[in-house]
Amino acid sequence: MIHFVLLISRQGKVRLTKWYSPYSQKERTKVIRELSGLILTRGPKLCNFVEWRGLRVVYKRYASLYFCMCIDEDDNELEILEIIHHYVEVLDRYFGSVCELDLIYNFHKAYFILDELLLAGELQESGKKTVARLVSAQDSLVETAKEQASSISNIIAQATK
Amino acid sequence: MNPFSSGTRLRDMIRAIRSCKTAAEERAVVRKECAAIRAAISENDQDYRHRNLAKLMFIHMLGYPTHFGQMECLKLIASSGFPEKRIGYLGLMLLLDERQEVLMLVTNSLKQDLNHSNQYIIGLALCALGNICSAEMARDLAPEVERLLQFRDPNIRKKAALCSIRIIKKVPDLAENFINTSASLLREKHHGVLITGVQLCTDLCKVSSEALEYFREKCTESLVKTLRDMANSPYAPEYDVAGITDPFLHIRLLKLLRILGHGDDDASDCMNDILAQVATKIESNKNAGNAILYECVGTIMSIEDNGGLRVLAINILGRFLSNRDNNIRYVALNMLMRAMAVDAPAVQRHRATILECVKDSDASIRKKALDLVYLLVSESNVKPLTKELIEYLEASDQEFKGVLTAKICSLVEKFAPEKIWYIDQMLKVLSEAGNFVKDEVWHALIVVISNASDLHGYSVRALYRTFQTSAEQESLVRVAVWCIGEYGDMLVNNVGMLDIEEPITVTESDAVDAVEVAIKHHASDLTTKAMVLIALLKLSSRFPSCSERIKDIILQNKRSFVLELQQRSIEFNCILQKHQNIRSALVERMPVLDEATFSGRRAGSLPTSVSISTGAARNLPNGIAKPAAAPVADLLDLSSDDAPAPSSSGGDFLQDLLGVDLSPVSAPSTSQPPKGGTDVLLDLLSIGTSPPEQSNSSASDILCSIQDNNAPLASLNDLTSLSPLSANATSPASPAPVMDLLDGFGPNLQKNEENGPDYPSLVAYESSSLRMTFNFSKQPGNPQTTLIQATFTNLSPNVYNDFLFQAAVPKFLQLHLDPACSNTLPANRSISQSMKLTNSQHGKKSLVMRTRIAYKINDNDVLEEGQVNNFPGGL
Repeated sequence: MIHFVLLISRQGKVRLTKWYSPYSQKERTKVIRELSGLILTRGPKLCNFVEWRGLRVVYKRYASLYFCMCIDEDDNELEILEIIHHYVEVLDRYFGSVCELDLIYNFHKAYFILDELLLAGELQESGKKTVARLVSAQDSLVETAKEQASSISNIIAQATK
Repeated sequence: MNPFSSGTRLRDMIRAIRSCKTAAEERAVVRKECAAIRAAISENDQDYRHRNLAKLMFIHMLGYPTHFGQMECLKLIASSGFPEKRIGYLGLMLLLDERQEVLMLVTNSLKQDLNHSNQYIIGLALCALGNICSAEMARDLAPEVERLLQFRDPNIRKKAALCSIRIIKKVPDLAENFINTSASLLREKHHGVLITGVQLCTDLCKVSSEALEYFREKCTESLVKTLRDMANSPYAPEYDVAGITDPFLHIRLLKLLRILGHGDDDASDCMNDILAQVATKIESNKNAGNAILYECVGTIMSIEDNGGLRVLAINILGRFLSNRDNNIRYVALNMLMRAMAVDAPAVQRHRATILECVKDSDASIRKKALDLVYLLVSESNVKPLTKELIEYLEASDQEFKGVLTAKICSLVEKFAPEKIWYIDQMLKVLSEAGNFVKDEVWHALIVVISNASDLHGYSVRALYRTFQTSAEQESLVRVAVWCIGEYGDMLVNNVGMLDIEEPITVTESDAVDAVEVAIKHHASDLTTKAMVLIALLKLSSRFPSCSERIKDIILQNKRSFVLELQQRSIEFNCILQKHQNIRSALVERMPVLDEATFSGRRAGSLPTSVSISTGAARNLPNGIAKPAAAPVADLLDLSSDDAPAPSSSGGDFLQDLLGVDLSPVSAPSTSQPPKGGTDVLLDLLSIGTSPPEQSNSSASDILCSIQDNNAPLASLNDLTSLSPLSANATSPASPAPVMDLLDGFGPNLQKNEENGPDYPSLVAYESSSLRMTFNFSKQPGNPQTTLIQATFTNLSPNVYNDFLFQAAVPKFLQLHLDPACSNTLPANRSISQSMKLTNSQHGKKSLVMRTRIAYKINDNDVLEEGQVNNFPGGL
């Protein structure tokens, strides 16, 4: 299973963290520090796996961002690379050629998408369209709610004038 | 509305934080935002609650504390609208984990949402439950999740399936409730449901043998069929990855089949064909294809034996190994390691390629390959493989040398067919990477040499030769010095020449030269220095002609700041000058070291030694420029090994090897029982075979020379360093000659004892978990300054990490604190730390000190404080 997902920028800034195994706040900070030291220093041609505390971290760099997933020793590392790519493709479709800034300002969207892709540390959906459809359906639910809220507040505002 | 909450939008806050130039600026912005959010929380502001939580999540990602927002998540989840719930659940998953009590409060909301009419709200609840639920919540909400496995919308079914995985992992007893429903998921067409269903079945099999039996019987065939359909399916754009339809589903099916086939012939038979098809048909030019092949190989290796399939699998791995992509080679090595268990000969065929991988430029691959080579070695191939690895040792980079050396040493020790080969290989390793070798490795080498009586001459000559070229390798130097000291005569006279050896001519003074080079080269290394002193003493008897020169070299340490070296140097000088007649008996060859005792001790002390060497390696990346503290620490750790073990004199030869016990700290310290036979003089003496009449004469001899001895001993008195000696001297168990020799020093010792040791050691602090002992000494000619050696002894069964000792003193004192020898304090062990106190009011005021000791037990901070005001007077 995937124990956690990290998105770290090349400068070591954390862009997204998702923990599927229990790690306390302190441990989380430590893990992030350790791993960014381990991964950001690796050369470009090396393999995408590092062994770490008896687990394995699979990482892949897309532009300025490192996508890291930590898995058990007997999981399929190559498949995790595909899952990372899968996630990146969905993000790309959602944001329209995604860049780091999209993920900074819309970090919650990145989380919503990840939650449609992974659950309990396992892959949830292999169809990119399905994921996109589910996310946009929920986005539009939010939009409608907002519109309603604003129209109601308008009505109230006018009524109380 | 409150004046703060009207504040910034999420986007504006992020922008403000990003525009900060310094960390301090960022902290200020965050502090302001947090204050506003707290104010909004305390006012129970409704309108901006979800915006505030979103801000908190961002702040949380930056690493700031956000616990005060946890209740806000619960409030948002409890509200009725979808947008609030969505952000509330996200915050719940981000800010909380399953170990927080607050989480229990959400159970009721979760239950309501799992029964909600809006399927997206059900989805949110399932997602939160699957990601962070605790065992209690799992138990409470399992029935809801079970029901949702049959929900009309497939997207809920798949979420429920993964959520069930978390539930059965938390509460395995619940597994049986899920077996039937999960089996029905395997018949679905929707990929998401199928993938999650297969995954659920796999995890059910892992926690419940009942489930395994059930699926094996009922589902194997249908799973094989699903996999076949998948493998033969036409192009499906939605699921296509690099020309393969849904590799994720492929992989999950193969994984489940692996578990079903393992240990069951019928199930294995059933899947043979499809595995062969996958293994041969899948394209291996893209990562997705390779991921499937890799999984398929794993399945073939795990299910019951089918010769043809195994060959196919090993061939795939062979292809992987020669792939240019590092990832593929990495997984190949990984899988070959698992394959060793089922088909070792097949893996052996790829030995050459694997050896190449040890030399790869990628550290992950090197390490994997080395692990695999380590598994591959057997009696039959140890020679060529070791040769390869040692050759590579030359070329490997510094950081890898440590791992590589450890592996080679372990292999050579484990599989050495004969002693001479072992010695040869060890010499090669020591000369190439002697600075990376752990202490127990060269100790072991000395034990082996000592036991191979026919190879003494060969070993000492080989060591001498190697020493000429690799004098910078510390552990090589130590072994060489030890051997030259013991077997110097064989070096010079070519005794026990083997046929394979080239004769060399070494004069007596050449041998002494070598030892002198060692002491010069490794001047900062106390252990080596101490060993050199012993070797010189021994050589003085073996080579009488060089006696004068040896005396000079020994005397150079007369003023050493290290007590032990100074003391030995003076003692040895006395032996050389005044006790020619007992010298030869004193420095007889060491009795053969007992291999069994050594390996026993080694097994016992292994964890400590490992931790020492890693600690040392971290401090000293190149291992050459050792700070003086490190060797002392090593020695201390070695001697503290003795504390738990009853110290029989035979078992103490680690100290014997080291010759001098460089631990002025541990010897008089109250934390350890006084050790018998660790002192070098006693060691030398405990040979104990010299006939009594000789000892009588020597005794009188020494008695005569008491007056002469006074001069050097006077300085020793100041140092009170003879107290351990005196303890040993009065022990009735010591053999006769010991008594005699020491009786010679008697009056001085007596004087020592009458005065009392100048400054008795002091238990400065003691609690149930920790004891701190101070030992005092003065630098000659500087009465104001006191050197304090603090020894910390862990009295508990826990390991103390991040150990930190701090001290504060009043203004008239000046304190200089050296770093401790280690910041980790294992159970029942000691570490030491030295400090220097200068008393500007010497003679008027006595020392006083406040102490504070901080450490961690299992990541929990512990703080112990105390005050020491019972320092001995006169400091």
